[in-house]
Amino acid sequence: MALLEIKNLTVEFDTPGGVVHAVNDLNYSVEAGETLGIVGESGSGKSVHILALLGLLPCPPGRIVSGEAWFDGRNLMALSDSDLRSIRGGEIGMVFQDPMSSLNPVLTVGRQLKEVLTRHTNLTGRALKARMVELLDIVGIPHPEARLSQYPHEFSGGMRQRVMIAIGMACNPRLLIADEATTALDVTVQAQILDLVRQLKHDFGTTVIWITHDMGVVAELADTIQVMYGGRIMERGPVRPVFHDPRSAYTWGLLNSLPDEGARTQRRLYQIPGSPPDMANPPPGDPFAPRNPFATERCHREVPPLRDVGNMPGHKVAAWYDLPALLAAQSEKEQTP
Amino acid sequence: MTGFILRRLGESLLAIWGVVTIVFFVTRILGDPAALLLPIGASDADIQALRAQLGLDQPMLVQYGQFLLNAVQGDFGVSFQHGRDAMQVVLERLPATAQLALTAIAMGLVIGTVAGSIAALKRGKAIELVVMAVALLGQATPVFWLGIMLILFFAVNLGWLPTGGYGTLAHLVLPAFTLAVFVSASIARLLRSSMLEILKEDYIRTAKAKGLLRHTVFFWHVARNALIPVVTMTAILTGELLGGSVVTETVFSWPGIGRLIIQAIEAKDFPVIQAGITLIAAIFVLINFLVDLLYGVLDPRIRANR
Ligand SMILES: Nc1ncnc2c1ncn2[C@@H]1O[C@H](COP(=O)(O)OP(=O)(O)OP(=O)(O)O)[C@@H](O)[C@H]1O
Ligand code: SF4
Ligand SMILES: [Mg+2]
Repeated sequence: MALLEIKNLTVEFDTPGGVVHAVNDLNYSVEAGETLGIVGESGSGKSVHILALLGLLPCPPGRIVSGEAWFDGRNLMALSDSDLRSIRGGEIGMVFQDPMSSLNPVLTVGRQLKEVLTRHTNLTGRALKARMVELLDIVGIPHPEARLSQYPHEFSGGMRQRVMIAIGMACNPRLLIADEATTALDVTVQAQILDLVRQLKHDFGTTVIWITHDMGVVAELADTIQVMYGGRIMERGPVRPVFHDPRSAYTWGLLNSLPDEGARTQRRLYQIPGSPPDMANPPPGDPFAPRNPFATERCHREVPPLRDVGNMPGHKVAAWYDLPALLAAQSEKEQTP
Repeated sequence: MTGFILRRLGESLLAIWGVVTIVFFVTRILGDPAALLLPIGASDADIQALRAQLGLDQPMLVQYGQFLLNAVQGDFGVSFQHGRDAMQVVLERLPATAQLALTAIAMGLVIGTVAGSIAALKRGKAIELVVMAVALLGQATPVFWLGIMLILFFAVNLGWLPTGGYGTLAHLVLPAFTLAVFVSASIARLLRSSMLEILKEDYIRTAKAKGLLRHTVFFWHVARNALIPVVTMTAILTGELLGGSVVTETVFSWPGIGRLIIQAIEAKDFPVIQAGITLIAAIFVLINFLVDLLYGVLDPRIRANR
């Protein structure tokens, strides 16, 4: 059963440069226990759609034009402010990118951890303290007891990110959403954090949405990958078929721009020729069409719907044509002199 | 931290010494006290005798040293007007000034923080516009004009409150309110802009993502951070008001330090001027010192750098 189902979510921003169409008619669901990895270039609407469904979007300039987000039988978009507040931080844990600015500089780390626990659990006194120490310990912060009384500026970036993760998972959320939670961390720490998430999933069956720029992390952690571009889903499906048989030219580009297997240890952000679309004046058809060497005339004109492809259930692509056929034709052309 | 306190204490003493020095030389430039003390037409011999008596015939540096030595002991000489110890004359006025200043600051803080918070939280609503317009008006209105209008309305027309003077609570209301208008307007405007900045911070989003109750987010995350600059401004305003609000004290015939110093300047009563200005400087420096300590309490990042 789907734990989270997003329907027809559209988010816009009113900016001096016009209306920015950040999220466009987004539809997807996450099954209970599933790990969904969301990838996509900067500005593809990954963060904004999450903020929108949690009621954290700054409005103005943001505006939720339409949409429903069903979480365990409740439409988050229709809940009262106070009902949504009791879900946030409790049933849905959230870890943001940028650990340097996401913690309040004038409150101790202990206080910031305690806040979320006292809000959503009945822990008090010694049990509360024990849980706080346990959480810092779980995320791999040495001397957790002493660390509780310190302020964020006394922690390194990596340690702050761990604190953020501890806050996100403090109340054993059913859904944990991490938005580039490990981007700022070095590879070893990142590996530890990923282990931690796997442990959490194993122990509590936590459902996870992991937003990242890093295809490698998705390959390691996720069951399902969702590739976003221009506030839409370009391709989505079980990790294996999408990696081995991409059907969207955008996914294909992302995978192609990855360093070789051998050089994988030193992961780089992918790079595709061209620049992201101006979402204040989005192209009329497929948003990726202007950068797509395979784009047909129809791609420029008409937005393709998400349709089933391949032979794995759940593999879907938004494309007007058959990428494997085109790739085959291309390589044939290269071979014939 | 102890090192920091000692250093700041040293700086404070240095600042007071600087002010005292300036006061000494400026008063020497302004004129010869001996000539002023004696009635017009006094003989040269009389003046010379008095100069010797006052030590004015000594070299400048010796005079300065003597002045400092006396100043350290709180001795600024005898007031020409009052015929008593100058510092004592000034200190007698301190309670009146302090009463007025602290009442005005307290009123201003309450009104200012409430108004500023409302304006920030009701961003874009009509009420924000109203609050900010009133605050701007309050900050721009000349104090003497506001004071006179209040006297005309509440004292002369309605007869509810005395037109001026000192003594009862009723005497305090109008002058304190006059000053509080400026104080609260300044605080409201600063707090609003400070809160709007804080509301954009990532950690506010974190606080909301934790599902914290509205008032927890507001008091512990927004207000707690937004108040830091307000503390500084309040301290500066307190220092200024404790130095005597010349205009308000004059308009309301309030027997405070401000009015005393104005009268002393008119009468060229140098000992009182020197004592008064030294006291004001000392108060100002002391308050700044306290603010620095408070800052460290409010912001752990600053504490760490000490
Ligand atoms: N406060 C805002 N005001 C105006 N536009 C915004 C605002 N926040 C986001 N946007 C726009 O919304 C679009 C989607 O942004 P979003 O933050 O979701 O991207 P993202 O996929 O999370 O990118 P990144 O990988 O850089 O985090 C972008 O075009 C961005 O410019
Ligand atoms: S629809 Fe056209 S432009 Fe869009 S990804 Fe497919 S081929 Fe490329
Ligand atoms: Mg983002």
